[in-house]
Amino acid sequence: MTVTRLVDQDRPALSFTVDGLEIVGKQGDTLLTAMLAGGLTYVRTSEFGDGGRAGFCWMGACQDCWVLVEGSGIRRACTTLAKPGMKVIRR
Amino acid sequence: MKTVVVVGAGPAGIRAVEQLVRSGLRPIWIDEAPDGGGRVTQRPPAGFTRDAAALYGADAGRAKRLHATLDAMKPRTDWRPDTLVWNIRPETRTLQTLTGGSEQGEVSYDALILCTGAVDRVVPFPGWTMPGVTTLGGAQVALKSQGVGIGVSPVLIGSGPLLILTALQYIKAGAKPALVLDTTHFLQKFWETSGLLWNTPTFLRGVMMDFRLRLSGVQYVEDATPIAIEGDSAVTAVRWRDTGWKEHVTPCDAVALGWGLKPESQLADLAGVPFDYDTKQQNWVPRRDSAGRTAVPGLFLAGDGAGIGGAEVAELAGARAALALLADNHLPSDAALTVHLDTRLRTEARFRAALDRAFPYPAKLAAKMADEVSVCRCEVISAGELRAAAAADAPEMNRAKAFSRVGMGRCQGRLCGPPAAEVLADALGVKVDQVGRLRGQPPVKPIPVQ
Amino acid sequence: MQQDAPSVSAWPKAPRSAAAVEADRIRCVETEVIIIGGGGAGTSAALHLALRGVSVILLERGLVGSQATGSNYGGVRQQGRHPAGIPLAIKSRAIWARLPELTDTDAEFDPCGHLKLARTEAEEQSLLDWNATAAEYGLRPRMIGRNAIRDLHPYFSDTVIAGSLMEEDGTANPRLLAPALARAAKAAGASIREHHAVTAMAHDGALFHVTANGQDFRAPWLLNCAGFWGGQVAASFGEAVPIAALHPNMLVTEPLPYFLRNSLGVVGGDLYLRQIPRGNVIFGGGHGEGDEDALSTRPTPQASFGAMQRAIAVLPGLRDAMIIRSWTGTDGQMPDKFPVIGASHTTPGLLHAFGLCGEGFQTGPGIGAVLSELVMDGRTDVPLDAFDIGRFRVQDAAA
Repeated sequence: MTVTRLVDQDRPALSFTVDGLEIVGKQGDTLLTAMLAGGLTYVRTSEFGDGGRAGFCWMGACQDCWVLVEGSGIRRACTTLAKPGMKVIRR
Repeated sequence: MKTVVVVGAGPAGIRAVEQLVRSGLRPIWIDEAPDGGGRVTQRPPAGFTRDAAALYGADAGRAKRLHATLDAMKPRTDWRPDTLVWNIRPETRTLQTLTGGSEQGEVSYDALILCTGAVDRVVPFPGWTMPGVTTLGGAQVALKSQGVGIGVSPVLIGSGPLLILTALQYIKAGAKPALVLDTTHFLQKFWETSGLLWNTPTFLRGVMMDFRLRLSGVQYVEDATPIAIEGDSAVTAVRWRDTGWKEHVTPCDAVALGWGLKPESQLADLAGVPFDYDTKQQNWVPRRDSAGRTAVPGLFLAGDGAGIGGAEVAELAGARAALALLADNHLPSDAALTVHLDTRLRTEARFRAALDRAFPYPAKLAAKMADEVSVCRCEVISAGELRAAAAADAPEMNRAKAFSRVGMGRCQGRLCGPPAAEVLADALGVKVDQVGRLRGQPPVKPIPVQ
Repeated sequence: MQQDAPSVSAWPKAPRSAAAVEADRIRCVETEVIIIGGGGAGTSAALHLALRGVSVILLERGLVGSQATGSNYGGVRQQGRHPAGIPLAIKSRAIWARLPELTDTDAEFDPCGHLKLARTEAEEQSLLDWNATAAEYGLRPRMIGRNAIRDLHPYFSDTVIAGSLMEEDGTANPRLLAPALARAAKAAGASIREHHAVTAMAHDGALFHVTANGQDFRAPWLLNCAGFWGGQVAASFGEAVPIAALHPNMLVTEPLPYFLRNSLGVVGGDLYLRQIPRGNVIFGGGHGEGDEDALSTRPTPQASFGAMQRAIAVLPGLRDAMIIRSWTGTDGQMPDKFPVIGASHTTPGLLHAFGLCGEGFQTGPGIGAVLSELVMDGRTDVPLDAFDIGRFRVQDAAA
């Protein structure tokens, strides 16, 4: 696991699912933070056979962290806050 | 003057709005983030508790002043957060917007200030698309706005003030970098010292940061060359070469890389603003006068999106563009402030020129990247495929894109544009500005089919 | 220098006045055929002429394939053509099949089939009518009825009630066609002059004099393959035509799981949609905008939204897929939707092939072959009567 909670982590927990798997994040986490700090190693799979991707720029520029959020559509994980009960699907 | 729109609520946008409001206007103010604030002075979401000193260090005072203005201005404008501007039509002076990721809208303007910021400039090398690899800016955002590190033992690679600042921030947060790899030679930085004195406080802060990093016990190498990021599905090490061409392997759990910044100038491009290649910055920058006016009627540019100057310059440029807009429309504006800003901006430009010379983009590293490296991470197009496009008679970037698909993906060449241009220019044996730049196409970021 | 390369001579030759000396400074290139415009038709004409040993120079204002040929949908479709255009489409389709041997590339041509959809009974009837007409020309479109279409294409909405499939139709990559033809033409001895905008042209009774990029060119044949701007070329030889600019508004999605083999159209033509094997869905319908003098075009949000809605109406699964780019280009449109192809009525040696009305990507390679036949044989098997430029003069006279 790479992404690690270091500072300012005294926030209430929240839980959501990714591909049906429960992920526990914290209020204020983006989906990218919560997924990667929650133990996942990637947030999407490259369409062209070179493996998983876990974002890159963390600021909505590189477009490499799109996930499907049920009921909301396709969202950038780095600019979308995790909400309790969200159902995220990796593509 | 009917409608003034400001796009962006970072340092430039905040200071632009401030001057417009002072003059009695109520601009429409659009920002992609839910709370504004830009990147350097980005605020964490609700629930985080670190104070400004912990978040912004030496920039805390400036950050607090900016946030105070941001919050004071929101109710005095038509504030539209969480809104992407994805297209501009200069003929009809309209912007297409997407709010909350799903709600389409259209905004008309009579005058418009674009303060669209910047993104890290990267050099692709083997392994750079792997999970665990981020931009330097990304590594900073993770820490600042989320309190997480991209790893606990990262390798930081690049050049420039952001490299050292990021290293210090990670040390402070308890994630001591395994290696800080600076591609610039110490002497190159040293020789530019006289020019860097144009902004003495910033320069001294830079020197202090440099000393702190050297005293931290973190391995800090200069004039070194990254070779590859190793690992299968996750980063395990960085292979690199020192100044004496000796190879090393440094184990790590994450990598951040970046060589300065590149303007996020897609909207200016769609608006038809001409671009020039800035040889000092090694960036294509939209053409504007020193106050931010462009050749497109009613359109002004400010901040890093109009050419990299940093957050401090962005504040000055934002205010200056707003004053130009006001003066051009015969609205009350602060003449004394205008003179002051012009002097400050000229001085800062000399500092920036020295900084650009001190921390150049490693063009050769990009130009000579191995054939198998994915230069375009969206479409997974290798440097070899791009070189094949050059051989198939692609004299410029857009033709190379047409042949190879480099820059055709979701990010539209934001990241791969500069290094791809170096590869193509090198393959053709011409200077990098001769291969041009990737033209933007709407939407500047993806929008849903609805 | 290659045998077929154009010869260079001083022009004009005498007397040697000061003006003549100055004129000598400007070299003139003599050739057999000058082609204006490096789209699919122009580059194909260059290739076919060069292959027959003709000395040919192609003048292109920018890079070859920059306008309609390079920015269109990429449909290689005989399906739905007006009967007058079917023979040309058939001839061109045969050249598409031979592209690898002609150019060393297939330009990603994939005979994936073109499926034209009906959404009403009237549309279904129009498909049946066209299929009957096409059969007279030897084409074999296949009707896909109400049950079959649901079985074969479960992702269609109930809006779709039937379709007509032309199996040998397909798609190709618009960005690759003209450069591939130009490369092959060059290899066959043609001179392809990019960044050569034509600034003057005239006919002296025997030869055409064309100035481009500060250089003079002279030839007994001039091929007008200038797309929308072909109207200006025709007008400069006294044959103005009522041409309008056409800007097909195109969109492309992010890569999606591959599900759609056929290229789709609808009766009425307000939606065309295909998926490339990499996964991106490319679709269009409606028109963007452009400034033909500034050579700038842009898609319009209205056209993009309209196409999105029509796409979802046929393929509901596309909802919420992300659009990553949009674009348009400039084609020429004639009032009767027929191109202008054939000999000039005013100027001997002038052949027109412009105003291709959105069908030039498929027909371009065939048009080039037809033009080469008109130059070399004085005739072609493809009936061109409906495309004659004189039809507009007749209309004017009647009006």
